[in-house]
Amino acid sequence: MQDFINLFVKSIFIDNMVFAYFLGMCSYLAVSKTVKTSMGLGIAVVFVLVITVPINFLIDSYFLRKGAMVWISESFADLDLSFLSFIMFIAVIAAMTQLVEMIVEKFTPALYNALGIFLPLIAVNCAILGASLFMQERELESVGESVAFGLGSGIGWLLAIVAIAAIREKLSYSNVPAPLRGLGITFIITGLMGIAFMSFFGITI
Amino acid sequence: MSNENTNKEHAFSAKNMRLLTAPLSKDNPITVQVLGICSALAVTVKLKPAIVMALAVTIVVAFSNLITSMLRNTIPPRIRIIVQLVIVSLLVILVDQVLKAFVYDVSKQLSVFVGLIITNCIVMGRLEAFAMANRPWQSFIDGIGNGLGYGIILVIVSFFRELLGSGTLYGYQVIPEGFYNFGYEDNGLMILPPMALILVGTIVWIHRSRNKDLIDKS
Repeated sequence: MQDFINLFVKSIFIDNMVFAYFLGMCSYLAVSKTVKTSMGLGIAVVFVLVITVPINFLIDSYFLRKGAMVWISESFADLDLSFLSFIMFIAVIAAMTQLVEMIVEKFTPALYNALGIFLPLIAVNCAILGASLFMQERELESVGESVAFGLGSGIGWLLAIVAIAAIREKLSYSNVPAPLRGLGITFIITGLMGIAFMSFFGITI
Repeated sequence: MSNENTNKEHAFSAKNMRLLTAPLSKDNPITVQVLGICSALAVTVKLKPAIVMALAVTIVVAFSNLITSMLRNTIPPRIRIIVQLVIVSLLVILVDQVLKAFVYDVSKQLSVFVGLIITNCIVMGRLEAFAMANRPWQSFIDGIGNGLGYGIILVIVSFFRELLGSGTLYGYQVIPEGFYNFGYEDNGLMILPPMALILVGTIVWIHRSRNKDLIDKS
C-alpha cells in the first residue's frame, strides 16, 4: 500500500507532467485562460489517464513485451512486439476517449456539457500518450501501480493547469510589455513555476 | 490558400515557396501557432538530440501531410482523426526504428519523445488545417516548411542551453579551459527544464517586438 502512495505522490509533485516533462503543453497553453474551463479539462484528463494507463499496462505485459505471449503458447517466448506499442497505445487512447465521451454523455449529462469540446481533444494530448510511454519505460510492476501512476500524473497536470489559469486571470490586471503579452509571459511564468516545483526534486520517498 | 483549380501551376512557384518560408518566421509553428511545444522543450538540453528531433519531426510532418492529402477524398470525415493517427503512428514507428538502428545513443536520450511525435500538435494541426484541403505537393511543402520552422526554434534554444549550460556545442568543447581557471563556471540552471520555457518566452518576446502585427490585442 505504501508503495502505491509513494508512487502517487511522486508522480504529482516530483515527476509533474507539465513542469518536469512539458507534456500536454499545447492544451495547457491554449485552454488556461479561465479557471473554470481549465478545471473541466483537468478533470477529463485525470479521468482518461486513470482508464488508459492500466489498460495499456495490461496490453504491454500480456501482448507486446518480449516473451509476454507465453500464456498463449510456449512457442511465442522469443516474440518481441514492442515496436508496435505506439500504434497500440494510441489506438487504445483514441478508442477510450470516444468511449468515455459516450459514457459521460449517457450517465452524467451535466458533466458532459461542462467538458463538452474538451473530451475529444484529449486523444491528442501528449500527456496521455506520454504517461503510457513512461509506464512502459519505467517498467511498473502491477496494475495497482499503473493506476496510482495514472491518477498521480493526471492530478499533477490538473494542479498545473488550474494554477496557471488562476495566475493568468490575475495577470490581466497588470501592465505587461506589449510584445510579451499572452504567449510570452505565460511561458516565462510556467518556467518560474517549474523552478518552484523543483524544490521537490531532492525529496526521496 | 487552396489552389485546386490552377492545375498547371509550376512546382516551385512563388506561392509554393511562400508555403515553405512563412513557417520559418511570420507563421512559426511554435512561437505563433503555439503547436508542438511539448517535445520542443524537453529535447533541447544538447544540440545533437535537438537536430535529430527536428529532422524526425520534419520527415513525419512532410510525409504524413503527403499521404493524408492523397487520401483526403476517401477518408470519411467522422473517423478522420483515427485515420490520421494511424498514418502518423506508422511513420513514427519507421522513424523510431531507423533512429534505434543508426543513432542508438541519441535515440536513448530522446526516450519517449520520439513516440510523442504522434501526438505532437504540429502534425495533427497541419493535417487538419492544411493537408485535408490541399493538393499533395503543396501539403508536402507545407509539411517541410513547418518542420523546419519547428527545427529553427529547437536549434536556437538548444544552442544557448548547451553553450551556457555545458560549455560545449554539438559535443565539442568551445569555452576554452583557460576561462574555467579564471573562475568561469557553467550555468547549471540552463540544463534544468524550466530554463527552456524561459528561453522560448524570450524568443517570443524578441520575435514579437520585431513583428508588431503579431502582438496579442487583448
